[in-house]
Amino acid sequence: MTYQIDSTKELSAFARSGAAHRGLLRRLSGRVSFWVAGAYLTILVFVTVAAPLIAPYNPETSNLVNFSQGPTWSHLLGTDELGRDVFSRLIFGGQVTLLGALEAIITFIAIGVPLGLVAGYLSPRIDRIVMSAIDVVLSLPVIILLLVVGALFAGDLALMITLGVIASPGIVRVVRAATLAVRAELFVKAAEVVGLSKFQILRRHILPRILAPVLVQVSVFAAAAVAIETTLGFLGLDVNPPVPSWGSMVAEGGQQINQQPWLIIPSGVTIAVTILAVGILGDTFREATSKESNLPILSWRHRRGTSSQASVVDRKVADPSPRQREPLAIVPDSLLSVRDLVVGLRTSSGHQILVDRVSFDLQRGATLGLVGESGSGKTLTVLAILGLLPPEIEIVSGSISFGGKDLTSHLDSSWSGLRGKEISFISQEPMLALDPGCSVGNQLSEALRNNRGLNRRESRDAATKLLRRVELPNPSEVARKFPHELSGGMAQRVCVALALTGEPNLLIADEPTTALDVTVQAEILDLLRSIREQTGMAVILVSHDWGVIADSCDRTVVLYAGQVVECATVEEMFFNPQHPYTEGLLSANPHLTIDGPFPSIPGGVPSPEDWPTGCRFQPRCSYAQADCAEEYVEIASIGNLRKTRCLHYEDVGKEKPHEHP
Amino acid sequence: MQAVPLLLIVSSFTFILVSLIPGSVVTTLLGDQGTQAEYALITKRLGLNQPVYVQYWHWFEHAIRGDLGASLQNNQAVTSILNSRIDVTIALVVGTVLVVSVFGISAGIVGALKKGVVRKTIDVISWLGLAVPNFWFGLLLVELFSLIFRVLPSEGFVPFTTSPIEWLRSLVLPIVALSVGPIAVVAKQTREAVVEELGRGYIRTLRASGISERSIVLRHVLKNAAIPVVTVLGVLFAQLLGGTVVVETVFVLPGLGSLAATSVAAHDLPVIEGVAVYFALIVISMNLTIDILYGWLNPKIRLI
Repeated sequence: MTYQIDSTKELSAFARSGAAHRGLLRRLSGRVSFWVAGAYLTILVFVTVAAPLIAPYNPETSNLVNFSQGPTWSHLLGTDELGRDVFSRLIFGGQVTLLGALEAIITFIAIGVPLGLVAGYLSPRIDRIVMSAIDVVLSLPVIILLLVVGALFAGDLALMITLGVIASPGIVRVVRAATLAVRAELFVKAAEVVGLSKFQILRRHILPRILAPVLVQVSVFAAAAVAIETTLGFLGLDVNPPVPSWGSMVAEGGQQINQQPWLIIPSGVTIAVTILAVGILGDTFREATSKESNLPILSWRHRRGTSSQASVVDRKVADPSPRQREPLAIVPDSLLSVRDLVVGLRTSSGHQILVDRVSFDLQRGATLGLVGESGSGKTLTVLAILGLLPPEIEIVSGSISFGGKDLTSHLDSSWSGLRGKEISFISQEPMLALDPGCSVGNQLSEALRNNRGLNRRESRDAATKLLRRVELPNPSEVARKFPHELSGGMAQRVCVALALTGEPNLLIADEPTTALDVTVQAEILDLLRSIREQTGMAVILVSHDWGVIADSCDRTVVLYAGQVVECATVEEMFFNPQHPYTEGLLSANPHLTIDGPFPSIPGGVPSPEDWPTGCRFQPRCSYAQADCAEEYVEIASIGNLRKTRCLHYEDVGKEKPHEHP
Repeated sequence: MQAVPLLLIVSSFTFILVSLIPGSVVTTLLGDQGTQAEYALITKRLGLNQPVYVQYWHWFEHAIRGDLGASLQNNQAVTSILNSRIDVTIALVVGTVLVVSVFGISAGIVGALKKGVVRKTIDVISWLGLAVPNFWFGLLLVELFSLIFRVLPSEGFVPFTTSPIEWLRSLVLPIVALSVGPIAVVAKQTREAVVEELGRGYIRTLRASGISERSIVLRHVLKNAAIPVVTVLGVLFAQLLGGTVVVETVFVLPGLGSLAATSVAAHDLPVIEGVAVYFALIVISMNLTIDILYGWLNPKIRLI
């Protein structure tokens, strides 16, 4: 398929193009919180390790003269009820907590990573055994287990090892999932075929790939380990008095709470700040690595698409070349008039233009086809009309006049009288377009109550009627079904019914048949046609399928790289295309080729930041001449409401002057 | 149902572990003065001379008939000790779940819909909630509300039947202390879920068919976003039971958690075993509730 499109992916790729792809480390380095947390933890580790050198007093020596003091110059954090220096106890206590957390983390990794690898990589049988063992461990009552272990063994070590074991299912799952994913990839299969041993594959291909998720899991667990170690200390399970630990210091402070409220502050704040710092590190890792894995395939382009280029595009729009600009009067009897619509992605330095001065008109009751490859801007154009552009994308300039009202100046609240009632929408993914948690009948009757002001009972009957109207068998049964119980064709019929709830004047259908089987496609198109004939509503049909366009439309607008490149009636477009792109699209269409290889236009639609100067199609065009690349090409009227954006449109269809290299 | 294996695993695991505790209960009972003969006699009477699996089988046989044995410390029936304390823990846990759901979910929704200062504030509070350990937060609450403002009791429990108002007052601080971490988790999860739902295709359909933003959030997004949130609530619930051990100790509440802490110190096997079983039962009934909620929220897994 030359023209496969997924509008949601397309949009999110656009949306993300602002956040350019950087390396993991570079992304981490840009965050202040990361550096503050890292610096705190580094100092903390240093101070606790060097506690014997730094501590001004022996943490366990009582001093019955200076007891229960607040902070003084000689005791920075005061003294406890036995006159021991709180600061010294705090940095010595850190040794217990940090060592305990370290023990737990080492156990966590030492058990979790190998088990995850074994489960994901060796055999399904071992996988099953490991996974059911994990279910058992997960069902154990953690605190009871820790209490019992704490009673069983003196000190921290056994407790923290137990904690590491109990927590390890988290990392086993992550490592296993990552291993399974890597294993399924082709290069690992190839390595197996080539005869690398399992161990070699593990070391060379799998271990490097699981590093990022393991890092995230470990940092998240580290915060929990500090929290639990101090909790156990508070319950008196990590050290025996007079040895200090952070948790036990809070407990001692708790006993003195009436006499010396200050005592719980130093240890408690230290615990909270430490957990916070570890948590921030973990969160930063998580964000950085999740962005890494979600990068669109397009990302290498976005790296080059710097903000300076975006502003270049902006400038291009701001002062267009004055060459033969059409006077664009709004055609009086048209239902919808789009004039110079510019849609852009917000960037730090202006807008990355995605739809560039698109204009067209639609008469009442007419059907207009919007045609173009993926990335040509058709979906964004119709979403702009509906006021449903994604958050980062907005209308930069131009006007959209619908029944005399300007939609570009609409506020969020004023859409309610319009969408659903006057303009409605059918998307290309019927299976994703319905609320999965809400039955078909409820979704329809909610829209009916909203758009026709019916009450609950009336709306239920009207819903069944609508389902019958879109030719669904057993409408009352379908009304009780949930979206996952419908086939793609049925779901699209429900979407059509939903679009009809407000009896609109304009229906916008964004590739309504792309996701459906060929036979179902024809049925849906027939349904749309018959409904249009019954209601007389106007339709905008977005499609890349000329068969669909030829069947249903009166006029056609061809879009390329955000611009309208040709406008004509369907017949003219088919029999006498006046733009090389239209011609290319027509010859690339499977419906029109009888046999032989499948001709298509070489190359693909450039990303917005790579739009060439001059004619945007010129790099792919076989008619291109030297002047095509020189300056911005305006769309020109060539009579009888026909327009083309080609300087050499007279050549199209004739003998090609030369083949493009 | 996973209930039966869970109960078996929990009880046998605890049993084996506790039986390993050095310095047996007999020493605790007799003190240092006991003679060799007395020692042997009591060991035999308690069945402690038998292998662990025989002891466990003996316990299990009685347990399935609702007899969890007697405390080794005071010979009281374990079930009656537990039943007399369970209302404290249930009140604490249910109250916490309610507080966590209400505040966590609303903070998450607001965080997902609002931008700027409101979202930043919620973010910061969530971070603090995650970082502050509940035992310390409990003590801070005591300092603030019991010692400085003197509005709430610092410890102890008043039964509902004695005085409903005092009962509530005695639970406020423990519930707040126990809620702070889970609220942050639930708020975060709710926010992520709501943001994710708002990005789904059906939202565009709803908007395009004229449904108001308010109804989209309240009627459609929330129901779908609730699925992961309920999962998190279920996981949190098990952790809350662990949290009761700490919070009941801080606030000196006579519940199951503080009982667990003291029984471990006293090596009172039947009581520890009983607490483990009760905790497991509470978790199981919570899981059952969650399964029912799932079915309502997600029609795909509805059984009929």
